[in-house]
Amino acid sequence: MEFFLISMLNSVSYGLLLFMLSSGLTIIFSMMGVLNFAHASFYMIGAYFAYQLSGWLGFWPALVCAPLLVGIVGMAVERYGLRTVHKYGHVAELLFTFGLAYLIEEAVHLIWGRSSVPYVIPPSLEGAAFTLFSTDYPLYRVFMMVVSVSMLIGIYLTLTRSRIGLVIQAALTHPQTVETLGHNVPRVFMLVFGGGSALAGLAGVIGGNAFITEPGMAAAVGPIVFVVVVVGGMGSLAGAFLASLLIGTLQTFSVALDYSFADLLAKLGISIGPDTPLAALWDLTIAQTGPVLPYLLMVLMLIFRPKGILGTREG
Amino acid sequence: MAKLKYRPINLGRWLVWGGTALVMIILPLILTAGFTLTLLSQIGVGIIFALSYNMLLGQGGMLSFGHAVYSGLGAYFTVHALNLISQGAFHFPVTLAPIIGGLAGATFGVIFGYVTTKKAGTTFAMISLGIGEMVFACSLMFAGFFGGEAGVSTNRVMGQSFLGITYGPSIQVYYLIVGWALVCMAAMYAWTQTPLGRMANAVRDNPERAEFVGYDTHMVRFLTLVLSGFFAGIAGGLSCINYEIVTAENVGAAASGGVLIATFIGGAGFFFGPIIGTIVFFTMVTAVGAMTKAWLFYLGLLFLIMVLYAPGGFASLILMHVPVIKARLMRRLLLPYAAALVTGAVLMAGLVSVVEMTYHFSLEAGTAPGMKLFGFAFNVTSATPWTVAVGLLIGGFVISRFAWAAVGRAWADIVHILQDRAVV
Repeated sequence: MEFFLISMLNSVSYGLLLFMLSSGLTIIFSMMGVLNFAHASFYMIGAYFAYQLSGWLGFWPALVCAPLLVGIVGMAVERYGLRTVHKYGHVAELLFTFGLAYLIEEAVHLIWGRSSVPYVIPPSLEGAAFTLFSTDYPLYRVFMMVVSVSMLIGIYLTLTRSRIGLVIQAALTHPQTVETLGHNVPRVFMLVFGGGSALAGLAGVIGGNAFITEPGMAAAVGPIVFVVVVVGGMGSLAGAFLASLLIGTLQTFSVALDYSFADLLAKLGISIGPDTPLAALWDLTIAQTGPVLPYLLMVLMLIFRPKGILGTREG
Repeated sequence: MAKLKYRPINLGRWLVWGGTALVMIILPLILTAGFTLTLLSQIGVGIIFALSYNMLLGQGGMLSFGHAVYSGLGAYFTVHALNLISQGAFHFPVTLAPIIGGLAGATFGVIFGYVTTKKAGTTFAMISLGIGEMVFACSLMFAGFFGGEAGVSTNRVMGQSFLGITYGPSIQVYYLIVGWALVCMAAMYAWTQTPLGRMANAVRDNPERAEFVGYDTHMVRFLTLVLSGFFAGIAGGLSCINYEIVTAENVGAAASGGVLIATFIGGAGFFFGPIIGTIVFFTMVTAVGAMTKAWLFYLGLLFLIMVLYAPGGFASLILMHVPVIKARLMRRLLLPYAAALVTGAVLMAGLVSVVEMTYHFSLEAGTAPGMKLFGFAFNVTSATPWTVAVGLLIGGFVISRFAWAAVGRAWADIVHILQDRAVV
């Protein structure tokens, strides 16, 4: 019970972090049709900016400034990069962001070196928030959840209540009509791209010190975020939310469960020796299969429900 | 009215193919420096891999981020087969061993392709990425087959030699690669002329119409992917014979990204584009990689510039000058090109200085602040070199904009002249 509750809390906090990443990706994708390959790179530079800024200004100013800086970088990328390749179609845009991901990773190598940087949790957020049975639950995890949830509410209110949110929603489906009504749609696109990047940057600010800030962090998280978007349904925010929590749970629980098929079969009275056919498969523990599970889920999803959990369109 | 022509012998085509074969055979005899044979072998394998990738990207319009799955698994099956052959489990000539890799690649193409090719475009790109990550994660799970961190190694010299061919010396392996590369190039070119190759183009350009005519777009994409997996598997098998070791990196994202970059900078729209791209890619990796640790940065930058300004790759840049040369208008371009070259060199010098100095600064500013660049020795912690470098970068940027504007004007003139002549 204790293990279950703690793992559940960890799953939710990790899932919410994934949602901060996937929400930006989903909004950008559904508005502009651009699958931003460099999205996880914005997550990474968010963490690095926060590391640099918290050294100069302290953690709290960095929490605000780093995502804003990432947002500015994102807007510049849209304005001077994506808008140029837009005329060549979506594949060119995808390739552009793919190349950008390479370039950002190398730029991080250039500036901050190849090993991880000591970006740590600020002292005011260290320690335990509460004690559950006998386990102290870290305060920082709670802080992560609070930031994620308030961000979530913020996006929801912006999209549904504010004027710019209504323009964005309209531009999702009828960009030409919105342009005819006198709104500057390219500028809306730029703002959306910047906003999505800023969200990824914020995820980096609060995720970078909870996990580890290193040049490989973008490549580690990027594919998972894509899986979230596919499983949730391309272009569906609510779907991305469910899929984030689902994959967060899957990954958190799988690393902790050390059971294999062989154990299960042993309980049923069938013993598995090294000579049994497919012994390598039966002896795998759930913890070992952990890294594969999200991708397996994606493939199964594509076979049985190609539009994802809450998606409305296929492909 | 266009006249139908019957040309039983296409002389130009024979010249191009014969010339390619001749160059590939003669090159190692001319370039005898130590590393060239390694580089040439790498390029030979890379050409097969990139051409197989272009069956998807160029011919079928499928952007894949996980093509190394097929070549990597092909390499793994070849390495295990070679080990079994040397133990005497069955008899098979090493010369033909890449076919084992090809069959493995095609088999996995059948397994994965059925799911991935349901859609093209963005969906295909994402799923191929997911499959690639899945296979890579599996490689760490099944240490028995994938050999864990160390990989699986083998020995390509086995059995009795036939006409003195043992594949011991690497020159023999190079000629094996050349033979396979020529056969695969011819086969893949022939494929583009078959009905399936033509339908792949149709499905790429307009899937709706292709379906309306009565073709199953899923099936066309699926068959294309299986064939592409076959050739990728051959490339994997050859690389296994070449290196005598296969590691998890062979199926990793970096290998998939590399072939995408090579194909794209060469030009996905042309059959010979990936060949140019592979040569540029591996030469750059070897030559620039030997000079600086930041080679990946330059490669990424080159890729981005190609995506932004020359999406047809080097092949399109070459081909667009053919009508200009035929019309004898090349001299109008020479002066602007020279200006662009000089200003571009200034810009490059500035960029390279800034990148290299940043690298040196972040790595060893504390221990060894002195560095050497373009023959100048200086201290990376002082302000003067930074001022010069940033000055070169900004100045180069500004003047190269003028030069490129001149290039643009010259091209506009040429296009006008060509159009006028066409009307007359």
